[in-house]
Amino acid sequence: MVERIVKWLLAITAFSALASLLLIALFVFKEGLPFILKTGLSDFLFSSHWDPSHGKFGILAMIVSSLAVTAGALLVGAPLGICGAIFLNEFMPVSVMRIIKPAIELLAGIPSVVFGFIGVTVLAPFIQHNFGGAGLSLLAASLILGIMILPTVISISVDALAAVPNSYRDGALALGATKWQSVHMVTLKAARSGILAGVILGMGRAIGETMAVIMVAGNSVQFPRSPLDSVRTLTSNIALEMNSAIGVHRQALFATGVVLFVVIMILNAIAGVAIRRKIRGK
Amino acid sequence: MAMEMTAGYIETAIKRGLQAIVAALIAFTSGCGRPKASITMAGSTAFEPFAVALSKEYKKIRPDVRITVQGGGSSLGIMTAMYGIAQIGMADLVKLPQEAVGLTATVVARDGIAMVVNVANPVTDITEAQVRDIFNGKLTNWRELGWEDHSITVVSREAGSGTRSSFEKLIGGIVLVKSALVQDSNGSIRETVINDKYSISYLSHGLINQEVRSLSLDGCECTAENIIGGKYKLSRPVFLLTKGEPAGIVKDFIDYMLSHESQEIIHKKGLLPAK
Repeated sequence: MVERIVKWLLAITAFSALASLLLIALFVFKEGLPFILKTGLSDFLFSSHWDPSHGKFGILAMIVSSLAVTAGALLVGAPLGICGAIFLNEFMPVSVMRIIKPAIELLAGIPSVVFGFIGVTVLAPFIQHNFGGAGLSLLAASLILGIMILPTVISISVDALAAVPNSYRDGALALGATKWQSVHMVTLKAARSGILAGVILGMGRAIGETMAVIMVAGNSVQFPRSPLDSVRTLTSNIALEMNSAIGVHRQALFATGVVLFVVIMILNAIAGVAIRRKIRGK
Repeated sequence: MAMEMTAGYIETAIKRGLQAIVAALIAFTSGCGRPKASITMAGSTAFEPFAVALSKEYKKIRPDVRITVQGGGSSLGIMTAMYGIAQIGMADLVKLPQEAVGLTATVVARDGIAMVVNVANPVTDITEAQVRDIFNGKLTNWRELGWEDHSITVVSREAGSGTRSSFEKLIGGIVLVKSALVQDSNGSIRETVINDKYSISYLSHGLINQEVRSLSLDGCECTAENIIGGKYKLSRPVFLLTKGEPAGIVKDFIDYMLSHESQEIIHKKGLLPAK
């Protein structure tokens, strides 16, 4: 009897998470799809002319900007995170690691508005002073997001590295490999699917982040021609204008949400395929 | 046909949501005392604090009326007034959008839009034509305004903002340059101007402080006197929107807000009286 109740309770809780995801997806599509069908793909997806007060709703520049910001964040966050994880797991005594890893995970709990604030008051003026441009830029957004995804990348990579059996390392060393050789030829190879998963989760965080990006990216609707250009991502567009949007404008923002949804699903699918390939390749 | 149906669908969805919020508020507050009448106001965040202050004063005269004030922006003010969710919508736009046809608009106050720059900027005056060229992206260097050779950072509000649409209507002929930075509140506009030495933007007159500097426009300072006197060009009315002619207690409250004492309160707190 108890068994049954517990089973049902668990089923209901599990389903509630799934149901809310489904409901959100349904709602966004219901509000946004009619607009896309009405406007037509070419005027919506393949135009970069966004001027809601004159009935122009092209979001191509924002799609490109979203991808550029995410790529920039990965360019900053992935190497730092992976190298950090290697150092933490392979070169650091276990006792020190026990202190440092929770500290890094704590970084994940810092609200994004704090990152954004540091970006606006410190990073953007620094970029403007040293490199030119307005400071609020693709570069600033990439750097801030790169740091924001570090905890995700590091902690998952560390877990992946720690899961590699010590016998692998011992075997490599016994064959005469140096410490570095054993790390990059054996341990890293064995842990690569886990590390890739960490990077992909980081990517998910980067593309979905809104607050910090609104604060540091400048939000101009344009194609980024240099890292110093100001850009607007899909998430920023929704959050920026939702407050004051009515009528068609509002529908257009829901449609932006639909596109964001699809972009994230495509990226996840590509990442999933990549992981499966890697595992099979092993 | 299908198009109209979906638009209607969304409207009902929004309406229902808003009704639910208001109903919840009423249910929540109905426990404490039972006033005979209640008025809901919603909209413009610029006028919201003034509405709160005035409703408190009004309560001293008419304790039997409960007034609920909510923000949400000018668009929400128009929407809630249209659907009858709020008896009074607040909007600070130079020209009301098509959606607001059929609503009765009463001007309750005026607000100036100041051109603002960083305090390190030595430029003091700007012409209307220069403002237009800067926001259109034709004038891009501070040298042309008599300062150093550095590009201008144009900062604007988001599409749909009441301040932005008023600004663009008043200056006229603005198609915002694509490289313009966009911020979604008066606060973040000010923050951006404080942090960027070479920026220029526009800000509600009441929100100018020592950290930013306002430029005179065609030689006319953005001061209360100049805005009331009609000399300063960039000013916009704050509207109170009602469905049909205001009547009963709603009319009484609006009349109260237009009274001499209320206009004094509005003036003291930073906005400008309607007349």
